[in-house]
Amino acid sequence: MPHFPMKILLVLQGAWIAPRFDLATEALIMQTDDKGNPTGELREILLPGPSAEELCSLILKEGITHVICGGIEEGHYRYLTWKGLKVMDHIIGTSKEVVRHFLACGELDPETILR
Amino acid sequence: MKHSVPASLNTLSFINALPHGMALLDGDGAVIALNSVLEAISGRRSEAVTGLPLNLVLRTSLPRNDVLKARSHATPISLETDIISAVRKKVPVRLTFSAISGDTQEKCTLCYLEDISAIRKFDQVRGGQITPAGLIGHSPAMQELLEFLPILARTDATVLITGETGTGKDILAQGIHDASKRAGYPFIKVNCGALPENLLESELFGHVRGAFTGAHADKPGMFRLAQGGTLFLTEIGDLPLQLQVKLLTVLDDREFFPVGSSKKVKVDVRVITGTHRDLKSLIRAGQFREDLYFRLNVLKAHLPPLRERKGDVRLLAEHFLQKFAAGLHKKIRGFDRQSMDILARYRYPGNIRELRNIVEYAANICQGDEIAPDHLPEVVRNKDAGQQDAAAVGPGKESAAGTPILAPSAKPAGNTWRETEKNMIMEVLLQCKGNRGEAAERLGWGRSTLWRKMKQHNII
Repeated sequence: MPHFPMKILLVLQGAWIAPRFDLATEALIMQTDDKGNPTGELREILLPGPSAEELCSLILKEGITHVICGGIEEGHYRYLTWKGLKVMDHIIGTSKEVVRHFLACGELDPETILR
Repeated sequence: MKHSVPASLNTLSFINALPHGMALLDGDGAVIALNSVLEAISGRRSEAVTGLPLNLVLRTSLPRNDVLKARSHATPISLETDIISAVRKKVPVRLTFSAISGDTQEKCTLCYLEDISAIRKFDQVRGGQITPAGLIGHSPAMQELLEFLPILARTDATVLITGETGTGKDILAQGIHDASKRAGYPFIKVNCGALPENLLESELFGHVRGAFTGAHADKPGMFRLAQGGTLFLTEIGDLPLQLQVKLLTVLDDREFFPVGSSKKVKVDVRVITGTHRDLKSLIRAGQFREDLYFRLNVLKAHLPPLRERKGDVRLLAEHFLQKFAAGLHKKIRGFDRQSMDILARYRYPGNIRELRNIVEYAANICQGDEIAPDHLPEVVRNKDAGQQDAAAVGPGKESAAGTPILAPSAKPAGNTWRETEKNMIMEVLLQCKGNRGEAAERLGWGRSTLWRKMKQHNII
Protein backbone atom coordinates (compact mmCIF):
# COMPACT_ATOMS: atom_id res chain seq x y z
CA MET A 1 0.00 0.00 0.00
CA PRO A 2 1.65 3.27 -1.09
CA HIS A 3 2.02 5.85 1.68
CA PHE A 4 1.94 9.09 -0.25
CA PRO A 5 -0.79 11.25 -1.77
CA MET A 6 -1.80 10.00 -5.17
CA LYS A 7 -3.50 11.67 -8.10
CA ILE A 8 -5.04 8.91 -10.21
CA LEU A 9 -6.40 9.16 -13.72
CA LEU A 10 -8.67 6.43 -15.04
CA VAL A 11 -9.29 6.29 -18.79
CA LEU A 12 -12.98 5.55 -19.27
CA GLN A 13 -15.51 4.29 -21.76
CA GLY A 14 -18.86 4.71 -20.06
CA ALA A 15 -18.82 2.82 -16.79
CA TRP A 16 -15.84 0.69 -17.85
CA ILE A 17 -12.13 1.29 -18.10
CA ALA A 18 -11.61 2.18 -21.79
CA PRO A 19 -10.07 -0.69 -23.76
CA ARG A 20 -7.87 1.77 -25.67
CA PHE A 21 -5.85 4.67 -24.29
CA ASP A 22 -5.51 6.25 -27.75
CA LEU A 23 -9.25 6.16 -28.45
CA ALA A 24 -10.64 7.26 -25.11
CA THR A 25 -12.66 10.46 -24.83
CA GLU A 26 -13.47 10.30 -21.11
CA ALA A 27 -11.31 10.27 -18.00
CA LEU A 28 -11.82 10.33 -14.27
CA ILE A 29 -9.39 12.03 -11.89
CA MET A 30 -9.32 11.30 -8.17
CA GLN A 31 -6.94 12.11 -5.34
CA THR A 32 -5.95 10.32 -2.15
CA ASP A 33 -4.19 11.39 0.99
CA ASP A 34 -1.03 9.70 2.26
CA LYS A 35 -3.11 6.95 3.86
CA GLY A 36 -4.81 6.10 0.60
CA ASN A 37 -8.17 7.66 1.50
CA PRO A 38 -9.98 9.58 -1.24
CA THR A 39 -9.87 13.32 -0.82
CA GLY A 40 -11.67 16.03 -2.71
CA GLU A 41 -14.22 15.40 -5.41
CA LEU A 42 -13.99 13.04 -8.35
CA ARG A 43 -13.47 14.98 -11.57
CA GLU A 44 -14.90 13.63 -14.78
CA ILE A 45 -13.24 15.01 -17.89
CA LEU A 46 -14.68 14.88 -21.36
CA LEU A 47 -11.90 15.14 -23.92
CA PRO A 48 -12.48 17.04 -27.20
CA GLY A 49 -11.58 13.94 -29.22
CA PRO A 50 -9.54 10.74 -29.04
CA SER A 51 -5.81 11.46 -29.01
CA ALA A 52 -3.11 9.65 -27.05
CA GLU A 53 -0.80 12.67 -27.31
CA GLU A 54 -3.42 15.09 -25.95
CA LEU A 55 -4.20 12.67 -23.15
CA CYS A 56 -0.50 12.38 -22.26
CA SER A 57 -0.14 16.16 -22.09
CA LEU A 58 -3.30 16.43 -19.93
CA ILE A 59 -1.89 13.78 -17.59
CA LEU A 60 1.36 15.71 -17.17
CA LYS A 61 -0.39 19.07 -16.85
CA GLU A 62 -2.64 17.71 -14.10
CA GLY A 63 0.31 16.26 -12.19
CA ILE A 64 -1.12 12.73 -12.26
CA THR A 65 0.92 10.10 -10.43
CA HIS A 66 -0.99 6.93 -11.45
CA VAL A 67 -2.72 6.05 -14.72
CA ILE A 68 -5.19 3.19 -15.02
CA CYS A 69 -6.11 2.15 -18.55
CA GLY A 70 -6.81 -0.75 -20.92
CA GLY A 71 -4.52 -1.19 -23.93
CA ILE A 72 -1.80 1.41 -24.41
CA GLU A 73 0.91 1.49 -27.05
CA GLU A 74 4.49 0.91 -25.98
CA GLY A 75 5.56 4.45 -27.01
CA HIS A 76 2.99 6.16 -24.79
CA TYR A 77 3.58 3.71 -21.94
CA ARG A 78 7.32 4.39 -22.00
CA TYR A 79 6.82 8.12 -22.23
CA LEU A 80 4.61 8.21 -19.14
CA THR A 81 6.79 5.85 -17.09
CA TRP A 82 9.88 7.86 -18.13
CA LYS A 83 8.09 10.91 -16.74
CA GLY A 84 7.88 9.05 -13.42
CA LEU A 85 4.26 7.96 -13.54
CA LYS A 86 3.01 4.51 -12.64
CA VAL A 87 0.94 3.12 -15.51
CA MET A 88 -1.35 0.17 -14.81
CA ASP A 89 -2.50 -1.10 -18.20
CA HIS A 90 -4.45 -4.05 -19.62
CA ILE A 91 -7.06 -3.44 -16.95
CA ILE A 92 -10.59 -4.70 -17.60
CA GLY A 93 -13.35 -3.71 -15.24
CA THR A 94 -15.89 -1.13 -14.23
CA SER A 95 -14.39 2.12 -12.94
CA LYS A 96 -16.22 1.66 -9.62
CA GLU A 97 -14.77 -1.80 -8.97
CA VAL A 98 -11.32 -0.83 -10.21
CA VAL A 99 -11.16 2.19 -7.86
CA ARG A 100 -12.43 0.13 -4.94
CA HIS A 101 -9.91 -2.61 -5.60
CA PHE A 102 -7.02 -0.22 -6.12
CA LEU A 103 -7.71 1.77 -2.96
CA ALA A 104 -7.98 -1.44 -0.98
CA CYS A 105 -4.89 -3.18 -2.36
CA GLY A 106 -2.80 -0.36 -3.83
CA GLU A 107 -2.13 -2.55 -6.86
CA LEU A 108 -4.06 -3.88 -9.84
CA ASP A 109 -3.46 -7.25 -11.39
CA PRO A 110 -4.13 -7.21 -15.15
CA GLU A 111 -5.17 -10.86 -14.91
CA THR A 112 -8.11 -10.01 -12.67
CA ILE A 113 -11.30 -8.85 -14.31
CA LEU A 114 -13.08 -6.42 -12.02
CA ARG A 115 -16.76 -6.36 -12.88
CA MET B 1 -27.07 -14.87 -19.21
CA LYS B 2 -25.55 -18.15 -20.29
CA HIS B 3 -21.93 -18.09 -21.34
CA SER B 4 -21.29 -21.67 -22.19
CA VAL B 5 -20.79 -23.67 -25.34
CA PRO B 6 -24.02 -25.25 -26.57
CA ALA B 7 -23.80 -28.97 -26.03
CA SER B 8 -24.35 -29.71 -29.70
CA LEU B 9 -21.33 -27.69 -30.74
CA ASN B 10 -17.91 -29.20 -30.55
CA THR B 11 -16.28 -26.02 -31.65
CA LEU B 12 -13.69 -25.50 -28.93
CA SER B 13 -11.40 -28.32 -29.96
CA PHE B 14 -11.82 -27.19 -33.56
CA ILE B 15 -10.84 -23.56 -32.96
CA ASN B 16 -7.92 -24.60 -30.79
CA ALA B 17 -6.54 -26.65 -33.63
CA LEU B 18 -6.36 -23.65 -35.96
CA PRO B 19 -3.21 -21.56 -36.29
CA HIS B 20 -5.11 -18.25 -36.32
CA GLY B 21 -6.80 -16.22 -33.63
CA MET B 22 -10.39 -17.38 -33.12
CA ALA B 23 -13.07 -16.35 -30.65
CA LEU B 24 -16.45 -17.93 -30.10
CA LEU B 25 -19.14 -15.41 -29.20
CA ASP B 26 -22.59 -16.03 -27.77
CA GLY B 27 -25.92 -14.64 -28.95
CA ASP B 28 -25.25 -11.33 -27.17
CA GLY B 29 -21.81 -10.91 -28.66
CA ALA B 30 -20.00 -11.83 -25.44
CA VAL B 31 -17.00 -14.12 -25.43
CA ILE B 32 -17.61 -17.81 -24.85
CA ALA B 33 -14.07 -18.90 -25.58
CA LEU B 34 -10.79 -17.80 -27.14
CA ASN B 35 -8.45 -20.23 -28.82
CA SER B 36 -4.85 -20.48 -27.69
CA VAL B 37 -3.57 -18.20 -30.48
CA LEU B 38 -5.96 -15.43 -29.48
CA GLU B 39 -5.08 -15.98 -25.82
CA ALA B 40 -1.45 -15.29 -26.74
CA ILE B 41 -2.32 -12.22 -28.81
CA SER B 42 -4.64 -10.67 -26.24
CA GLY B 43 -2.72 -11.81 -23.16
CA ARG B 44 -5.97 -13.09 -21.65
CA ARG B 45 -6.95 -16.56 -20.54
CA SER B 46 -10.11 -17.76 -22.20
CA GLU B 47 -11.94 -18.62 -18.97
CA ALA B 48 -11.09 -15.21 -17.43
CA VAL B 49 -12.84 -13.23 -20.17
CA THR B 50 -15.97 -15.35 -20.59
CA GLY B 51 -19.01 -13.11 -20.83
CA LEU B 52 -17.09 -9.95 -21.71
CA PRO B 53 -17.66 -7.94 -24.89
CA LEU B 54 -15.06 -8.77 -27.54
CA ASN B 55 -13.79 -5.20 -27.98
CA LEU B 56 -12.81 -5.05 -24.29
CA VAL B 57 -10.85 -8.27 -24.61
CA LEU B 58 -9.15 -7.56 -27.93
CA ARG B 59 -8.77 -3.80 -27.39
CA THR B 60 -9.90 -3.11 -30.94
CA SER B 61 -10.49 0.30 -32.46
CA LEU B 62 -13.95 -0.84 -33.52
CA PRO B 63 -16.86 0.70 -31.64
CA ARG B 64 -18.83 -1.96 -29.74
CA ASN B 65 -21.86 -1.30 -31.91
CA ASP B 66 -19.91 -2.24 -35.03
CA VAL B 67 -18.93 -5.55 -33.45
CA LEU B 68 -22.53 -6.20 -32.50
CA LYS B 69 -23.78 -5.34 -35.98
CA ALA B 70 -21.13 -7.50 -37.64
CA ARG B 71 -21.97 -10.39 -35.33
CA SER B 72 -25.68 -10.22 -36.12
CA HIS B 73 -25.09 -10.07 -39.88
CA ALA B 74 -26.80 -12.95 -41.68
CA THR B 75 -23.83 -13.59 -43.94
CA PRO B 76 -20.15 -13.60 -42.91
CA ILE B 77 -18.65 -10.15 -42.74
CA SER B 78 -15.06 -8.86 -42.48
CA LEU B 79 -13.97 -5.67 -40.77
CA GLU B 80 -10.50 -4.16 -40.80
CA THR B 81 -9.32 -2.62 -37.58
CA ASP B 82 -6.38 -2.69 -35.20
CA ILE B 83 -5.81 -4.08 -31.74
CA ILE B 84 -3.33 -3.41 -28.96
CA SER B 85 -1.56 -6.69 -28.32
CA ALA B 86 -0.37 -8.08 -24.99
CA VAL B 87 3.05 -6.58 -25.69
CA ARG B 88 1.55 -3.08 -26.21
CA LYS B 89 1.92 -3.21 -29.97
CA LYS B 90 -0.71 -1.85 -32.33
CA VAL B 91 -1.45 -4.64 -34.81
CA PRO B 92 -3.62 -4.13 -37.91
CA VAL B 93 -6.06 -7.02 -38.15
CA ARG B 94 -9.01 -8.22 -40.15
CA LEU B 95 -11.87 -9.66 -38.12
CA THR B 96 -14.30 -11.95 -39.88
CA PHE B 97 -17.57 -12.74 -38.13
CA SER B 98 -19.46 -15.82 -39.16
CA ALA B 99 -22.71 -17.01 -37.60
CA ILE B 100 -22.85 -20.70 -36.75
CA SER B 101 -25.63 -22.76 -35.28
CA GLY B 102 -25.99 -26.28 -34.04
CA ASP B 103 -28.97 -28.58 -33.76
CA THR B 104 -30.45 -26.44 -31.01
CA GLN B 105 -31.78 -22.90 -31.28
CA GLU B 106 -28.65 -21.52 -29.64
CA LYS B 107 -26.68 -19.40 -32.04
CA CYS B 108 -23.02 -18.54 -31.84
CA THR B 109 -20.66 -16.40 -33.85
CA LEU B 110 -17.17 -17.36 -34.79
CA CYS B 111 -14.74 -14.46 -34.96
CA TYR B 112 -11.61 -15.11 -36.99
CA LEU B 113 -8.65 -12.77 -36.60
CA GLU B 114 -6.03 -12.30 -39.30
CA ASP B 115 -2.89 -10.28 -38.73
CA ILE B 116 -2.58 -8.02 -41.80
CA SER B 117 0.60 -6.18 -40.74
CA ALA B 118 2.55 -7.58 -43.68
CA ILE B 119 -0.05 -6.32 -46.17
CA ARG B 120 -0.14 -2.89 -44.52
CA LYS B 121 3.66 -2.68 -44.51
CA PHE B 122 3.71 -3.41 -48.23
CA ASP B 123 1.08 -0.73 -48.81
CA GLN B 124 3.25 1.83 -47.06
CA VAL B 125 6.27 1.15 -49.25
CA ARG B 126 7.25 4.24 -51.26
CA GLY B 127 5.34 6.61 -49.10
CA GLY B 128 1.91 5.43 -50.05
CA GLN B 129 2.51 5.37 -53.79
CA ILE B 130 1.61 1.71 -53.70
CA THR B 131 -2.00 1.79 -52.76
CA PRO B 132 -4.12 -0.76 -50.96
CA ALA B 133 -5.18 -2.00 -54.36
CA GLY B 134 -1.59 -2.75 -55.36
CA LEU B 135 -1.93 -0.08 -58.05
CA ILE B 136 1.13 2.06 -58.45
CA GLY B 137 0.82 5.66 -59.52
CA HIS B 138 0.90 9.25 -58.44
CA SER B 139 -0.30 10.92 -61.63
CA PRO B 140 -3.44 13.10 -61.30
CA ALA B 141 -5.40 10.61 -63.42
CA MET B 142 -4.55 7.77 -61.04
CA GLN B 143 -4.99 9.86 -57.91
CA GLU B 144 -8.53 10.62 -58.99
CA LEU B 145 -9.22 6.91 -59.37
CA LEU B 146 -7.53 5.99 -56.11
CA GLU B 147 -9.62 8.51 -54.21
CA PHE B 148 -12.67 6.74 -55.62
CA LEU B 149 -11.41 3.30 -54.53
CA PRO B 150 -12.69 3.36 -50.91
CA ILE B 151 -16.16 4.23 -52.22
CA LEU B 152 -16.03 1.27 -54.61
CA ALA B 153 -14.93 -0.98 -51.76
CA ARG B 154 -17.54 0.11 -49.23
CA THR B 155 -20.57 -0.72 -51.33
CA ASP B 156 -21.87 -4.00 -52.70
CA ALA B 157 -22.96 -2.46 -56.03
CA THR B 158 -21.68 -3.89 -59.30
CA VAL B 159 -18.63 -2.15 -60.72
CA LEU B 160 -17.71 -1.83 -64.38
CA ILE B 161 -13.97 -1.39 -64.91
CA THR B 162 -12.99 -0.09 -68.30
CA GLY B 163 -9.58 0.58 -69.74
CA GLU B 164 -7.28 -0.47 -72.53
CA THR B 165 -5.56 -3.80 -72.35
CA GLY B 166 -2.70 -3.91 -69.86
CA THR B 167 -3.90 -1.00 -67.72
CA GLY B 168 -4.47 -3.11 -64.60
CA LYS B 169 -8.18 -3.96 -64.57
CA ASP B 170 -7.53 -7.26 -62.76
CA ILE B 171 -5.43 -5.59 -60.10
CA LEU B 172 -8.07 -2.94 -59.50
CA ALA B 173 -10.80 -5.59 -59.18
CA GLN B 174 -8.66 -7.56 -56.72
CA GLY B 175 -7.95 -4.32 -54.83
CA ILE B 176 -11.65 -3.50 -54.52
CA HIS B 177 -12.29 -7.00 -53.19
CA ASP B 178 -9.38 -6.86 -50.73
CA ALA B 179 -10.54 -3.54 -49.32
CA SER B 180 -14.17 -4.65 -49.03
CA LYS B 181 -15.96 -6.48 -46.25
CA ARG B 182 -15.90 -9.58 -48.48
CA ALA B 183 -12.10 -9.72 -48.30
CA GLY B 184 -12.06 -12.88 -46.18
CA TYR B 185 -13.98 -14.73 -48.90
CA PRO B 186 -13.01 -15.89 -52.38
CA PHE B 187 -12.12 -13.60 -55.24
CA ILE B 188 -12.74 -15.50 -58.45
CA LYS B 189 -11.89 -14.30 -61.92
CA VAL B 190 -13.58 -15.64 -65.03
CA ASN B 191 -12.55 -14.61 -68.54
CA CYS B 192 -15.78 -14.43 -70.52
CA GLY B 193 -13.89 -14.40 -73.81
CA ALA B 194 -11.83 -17.49 -73.18
CA LEU B 195 -14.47 -20.21 -73.39
CA PRO B 196 -17.13 -21.25 -75.87
CA GLU B 197 -20.70 -20.37 -74.87
CA ASN B 198 -21.84 -23.78 -73.56
CA LEU B 199 -18.69 -24.30 -71.52
CA LEU B 200 -18.87 -20.78 -70.14
CA GLU B 201 -22.43 -21.31 -68.90
CA SER B 202 -21.36 -24.42 -67.03
CA GLU B 203 -18.23 -22.65 -65.78
CA LEU B 204 -20.26 -19.76 -64.36
CA PHE B 205 -23.41 -21.44 -63.12
CA GLY B 206 -22.32 -25.05 -62.69
CA HIS B 207 -24.12 -28.15 -63.86
CA VAL B 208 -25.62 -31.31 -62.46
CA ARG B 209 -24.50 -34.80 -63.30
CA GLY B 210 -25.88 -35.92 -66.63
CA ALA B 211 -26.80 -32.40 -67.78
CA PHE B 212 -24.90 -33.02 -71.02
CA THR B 213 -22.54 -35.57 -72.50
CA GLY B 214 -19.44 -35.67 -70.39
CA ALA B 215 -21.07 -34.19 -67.28
CA HIS B 216 -20.04 -37.13 -65.11
CA ALA B 217 -20.36 -35.28 -61.84
CA ASP B 218 -22.00 -32.18 -60.36
CA LYS B 219 -19.99 -29.01 -60.83
CA PRO B 220 -20.67 -26.04 -58.53
CA GLY B 221 -19.72 -23.26 -60.98
CA MET B 222 -17.87 -20.05 -60.23
CA PHE B 223 -20.88 -18.19 -58.82
CA ARG B 224 -21.24 -20.76 -56.07
CA LEU B 225 -17.49 -21.01 -55.48
CA ALA B 226 -17.38 -17.25 -54.95
CA GLN B 227 -20.12 -17.45 -52.28
CA GLY B 228 -19.69 -14.55 -49.85
CA GLY B 229 -16.94 -13.05 -51.99
CA THR B 230 -16.47 -11.38 -55.36
CA LEU B 231 -16.76 -12.68 -58.90
CA PHE B 232 -14.73 -10.73 -61.45
CA LEU B 233 -16.04 -11.22 -64.98
CA THR B 234 -13.32 -9.95 -67.26
CA GLU B 235 -13.86 -9.33 -70.99
CA ILE B 236 -17.58 -8.96 -70.27
CA GLY B 237 -18.00 -7.54 -73.78
CA ASP B 238 -17.33 -11.04 -75.11
CA LEU B 239 -20.15 -12.64 -73.07
CA PRO B 240 -22.55 -14.38 -75.46
CA LEU B 241 -26.03 -12.81 -75.69
CA GLN B 242 -27.81 -15.85 -74.26
CA LEU B 243 -25.67 -15.76 -71.16
CA GLN B 244 -26.16 -12.02 -70.84
CA VAL B 245 -29.84 -12.70 -70.10
CA LYS B 246 -28.95 -15.28 -67.46
CA LEU B 247 -26.40 -12.97 -65.85
CA LEU B 248 -28.94 -10.17 -65.71
CA THR B 249 -31.40 -12.46 -63.92
CA VAL B 250 -28.75 -13.56 -61.42
CA LEU B 251 -27.80 -9.97 -60.68
CA ASP B 252 -31.44 -9.07 -60.05
CA ASP B 253 -32.64 -12.17 -58.19
CA ARG B 254 -29.40 -13.47 -56.66
CA GLU B 255 -30.43 -16.98 -57.68
CA PHE B 256 -30.17 -19.20 -60.74
CA PHE B 257 -30.65 -22.71 -62.08
CA PRO B 258 -27.40 -24.64 -62.70
CA VAL B 259 -27.26 -26.26 -66.16
CA GLY B 260 -29.60 -29.26 -66.20
CA SER B 261 -30.99 -28.62 -62.73
CA SER B 262 -34.53 -27.78 -61.71
CA LYS B 263 -33.44 -26.64 -58.29
CA LYS B 264 -32.68 -22.95 -57.80
CA VAL B 265 -29.44 -21.97 -56.13
CA LYS B 266 -29.17 -18.79 -54.06
CA VAL B 267 -25.91 -16.89 -54.01
CA ASP B 268 -24.48 -13.89 -52.20
CA VAL B 269 -21.76 -12.71 -54.55
CA ARG B 270 -20.59 -9.25 -55.54
CA VAL B 271 -20.02 -8.95 -59.27
CA ILE B 272 -17.29 -6.79 -60.77
CA THR B 273 -16.89 -6.70 -64.53
CA GLY B 274 -14.12 -5.49 -66.76
CA THR B 275 -13.70 -4.82 -70.44
CA HIS B 276 -11.38 -3.13 -72.88
CA ARG B 277 -14.18 -2.86 -75.41
CA ASP B 278 -16.60 0.01 -75.90
CA LEU B 279 -19.83 -1.52 -74.62
CA LYS B 280 -21.95 1.31 -76.02
CA SER B 281 -20.82 0.54 -79.56
CA LEU B 282 -21.50 -3.16 -78.89
CA ILE B 283 -25.03 -2.19 -77.83
CA ARG B 284 -25.48 -0.24 -81.07
CA ALA B 285 -24.22 -3.27 -83.00
CA GLY B 286 -26.74 -5.49 -81.17
CA GLN B 287 -24.02 -7.54 -79.52
CA PHE B 288 -24.59 -6.41 -75.95
CA ARG B 289 -27.85 -5.97 -74.04
CA GLU B 290 -28.54 -2.42 -72.98
CA ASP B 291 -30.38 -3.50 -69.81
CA LEU B 292 -27.37 -5.55 -68.72
CA TYR B 293 -25.10 -2.58 -69.44
CA PHE B 294 -27.17 -0.38 -67.13
CA ARG B 295 -27.17 -3.11 -64.48
CA LEU B 296 -23.39 -3.52 -64.64
CA ASN B 297 -22.60 0.16 -64.92
CA VAL B 298 -23.83 1.11 -61.43
CA LEU B 299 -20.33 2.23 -60.52
CA LYS B 300 -17.76 2.81 -63.21
CA ALA B 301 -14.00 3.00 -62.88
CA HIS B 302 -11.91 3.90 -65.90
CA LEU B 303 -8.23 3.05 -65.86
CA PRO B 304 -6.30 5.62 -67.87
CA PRO B 305 -3.79 4.39 -70.46
CA LEU B 306 -0.15 4.74 -69.44
CA ARG B 307 0.48 7.50 -72.00
CA GLU B 308 -1.98 9.69 -70.07
CA ARG B 309 -0.34 9.00 -66.71
CA LYS B 310 2.37 11.65 -66.62
CA GLY B 311 5.19 10.76 -64.27
CA ASP B 312 4.05 7.21 -63.62
CA VAL B 313 6.34 5.65 -66.24
CA ARG B 314 9.43 6.35 -64.13
CA LEU B 315 7.74 5.10 -60.97
CA LEU B 316 6.52 1.90 -62.61
CA ALA B 317 9.77 1.28 -64.50
CA GLU B 318 11.79 1.53 -61.29
CA HIS B 319 9.34 -0.68 -59.46
CA PHE B 320 9.55 -3.40 -62.12
CA LEU B 321 13.33 -3.06 -62.39
CA GLN B 322 13.76 -3.63 -58.67
CA LYS B 323 11.59 -6.71 -58.91
CA PHE B 324 13.30 -8.23 -61.95
CA ALA B 325 16.84 -7.33 -60.85
CA ALA B 326 16.21 -9.07 -57.53
CA GLY B 327 14.82 -12.10 -59.34
CA LEU B 328 17.87 -12.26 -61.62
CA HIS B 329 20.29 -11.64 -58.71
CA LYS B 330 21.68 -8.56 -60.49
CA LYS B 331 22.73 -5.33 -58.87
CA ILE B 332 21.16 -2.83 -61.26
CA ARG B 333 20.90 0.63 -59.71
CA GLY B 334 18.41 2.07 -62.15
CA PHE B 335 18.04 3.66 -65.57
CA ASP B 336 20.50 6.14 -67.01
CA ARG B 337 19.09 9.49 -68.06
CA GLN B 338 18.96 8.67 -71.76
CA SER B 339 17.14 5.38 -71.35
CA MET B 340 14.64 6.99 -68.97
CA ASP B 341 14.02 9.72 -71.55
CA ILE B 342 13.34 7.06 -74.18
CA LEU B 343 10.94 5.26 -71.85
CA ALA B 344 9.17 8.51 -71.01
CA ARG B 345 8.68 9.34 -74.72
CA TYR B 346 7.39 5.92 -75.74
CA ARG B 347 3.61 5.64 -76.19
CA TYR B 348 2.99 2.16 -74.67
CA PRO B 349 0.14 0.75 -76.76
CA GLY B 350 0.26 -2.29 -74.45
CA ASN B 351 0.26 -0.06 -71.38
CA ILE B 352 1.72 -1.31 -68.08
CA ARG B 353 2.00 -4.90 -69.29
CA GLU B 354 4.18 -3.67 -72.14
CA LEU B 355 6.32 -1.49 -69.87
CA ARG B 356 6.75 -4.46 -67.54
CA ASN B 357 7.97 -6.62 -70.42
CA ILE B 358 10.29 -3.87 -71.66
CA VAL B 359 11.86 -3.63 -68.22
CA GLU B 360 12.11 -7.41 -67.93
CA TYR B 361 13.89 -7.49 -71.29
CA ALA B 362 16.25 -4.69 -70.25
CA ALA B 363 17.02 -6.33 -66.90
CA ASN B 364 17.90 -9.57 -68.70
CA ILE B 365 20.12 -7.87 -71.30
CA CYS B 366 21.89 -5.44 -68.95
CA GLN B 367 25.25 -6.72 -67.74
CA GLY B 368 26.27 -3.55 -65.92
CA ASP B 369 24.78 -1.65 -63.02
CA GLU B 370 22.60 0.74 -65.00
CA ILE B 371 20.09 0.32 -67.82
CA ALA B 372 21.37 2.08 -70.96
CA PRO B 373 19.46 2.72 -74.22
CA ASP B 374 21.17 -0.31 -75.80
CA HIS B 375 19.46 -2.55 -73.27
CA LEU B 376 15.99 -1.47 -74.38
CA PRO B 377 14.12 -3.32 -77.15
CA GLU B 378 14.63 -1.82 -80.61
CA VAL B 379 10.97 -0.87 -81.00
CA VAL B 380 11.18 1.30 -77.92
CA ARG B 381 14.42 2.96 -78.98
CA ASN B 382 12.82 3.85 -82.29
CA LYS B 383 10.55 6.62 -81.07
CA ASP B 384 8.81 7.04 -84.40
CA ALA B 385 7.89 3.35 -84.47
CA GLY B 386 6.40 3.68 -81.03
CA GLN B 387 4.29 6.65 -82.01
CA GLN B 388 3.13 4.92 -85.16
CA ASP B 389 1.98 1.91 -83.16
CA ALA B 390 0.16 4.13 -80.73
CA ALA B 391 -1.62 6.00 -83.50
CA ALA B 392 -3.16 2.76 -84.66
CA VAL B 393 -4.37 1.91 -81.18
CA GLY B 394 -7.28 3.68 -79.64
CA PRO B 395 -9.61 3.01 -76.78
CA GLY B 396 -11.47 -0.21 -77.33
CA LYS B 397 -8.95 -1.64 -79.73
CA GLU B 398 -6.47 -4.36 -78.99
CA SER B 399 -2.87 -3.34 -78.87
CA ALA B 400 0.64 -4.75 -78.80
CA ALA B 401 0.06 -5.84 -75.23
CA GLY B 402 3.42 -6.67 -73.80
CA THR B 403 5.24 -7.90 -76.85
CA PRO B 404 8.18 -5.54 -77.29
CA ILE B 405 10.66 -8.35 -77.52
CA LEU B 406 9.06 -9.76 -80.59
CA ALA B 407 8.05 -6.51 -82.19
CA PRO B 408 11.27 -6.02 -84.17
CA SER B 409 10.63 -9.22 -86.06
CA ALA B 410 7.18 -8.05 -87.11
CA LYS B 411 6.61 -6.24 -90.40
CA PRO B 412 5.93 -2.67 -89.42
CA ALA B 413 6.00 -0.09 -92.23
CA GLY B 414 2.81 0.39 -94.20
CA ASN B 415 0.74 -2.19 -92.23
CA THR B 416 -1.97 -1.44 -89.70
CA TRP B 417 -1.42 -2.71 -86.20
CA ARG B 418 -4.09 -5.35 -86.72
CA GLU B 419 -2.20 -6.80 -89.69
CA THR B 420 1.10 -6.57 -87.84
CA GLU B 421 -0.36 -8.41 -84.88
CA LYS B 422 -1.83 -11.11 -87.11
CA ASN B 423 1.51 -11.57 -88.87
CA MET B 424 3.29 -11.73 -85.57
CA ILE B 425 0.96 -14.43 -84.24
CA MET B 426 1.30 -16.46 -87.45
CA GLU B 427 5.07 -16.11 -87.39
CA VAL B 428 5.33 -17.29 -83.78
CA LEU B 429 2.89 -20.15 -84.38
CA LEU B 430 5.03 -21.27 -87.31
CA GLN B 431 8.16 -21.05 -85.18
CA CYS B 432 6.45 -23.12 -82.48
CA LYS B 433 5.12 -25.61 -85.04
CA GLY B 434 1.55 -24.80 -84.04
CA ASN B 435 2.09 -25.36 -80.32
CA ARG B 436 -0.26 -22.74 -78.86
CA GLY B 437 1.04 -23.02 -75.31
CA GLU B 438 4.59 -22.33 -76.42
CA ALA B 439 3.44 -19.57 -78.77
CA ALA B 440 1.46 -17.87 -76.00
CA GLU B 441 4.52 -18.06 -73.77
CA ARG B 442 6.76 -16.52 -76.41
CA LEU B 443 4.26 -13.76 -77.07
CA GLY B 444 3.98 -13.02 -73.36
CA TRP B 445 0.23 -13.76 -73.33
CA GLY B 446 -1.94 -16.26 -71.56
CA ARG B 447 -3.28 -19.19 -73.63
CA SER B 448 -6.77 -17.69 -73.49
CA THR B 449 -5.57 -14.32 -74.82
CA LEU B 450 -3.84 -16.05 -77.72
CA TRP B 451 -6.98 -18.10 -78.40
CA ARG B 452 -9.12 -14.94 -78.41
CA LYS B 453 -6.73 -13.06 -80.68
CA MET B 454 -6.50 -16.02 -83.07
CA LYS B 455 -10.28 -16.00 -83.23
CA GLN B 456 -10.36 -12.25 -83.85
CA HIS B 457 -7.87 -12.59 -86.69
CA ASN B 458 -9.70 -15.63 -88.14
CA ILE B 459 -6.62 -17.78 -87.73
CA ILE B 460 -8.82 -20.57 -86.33
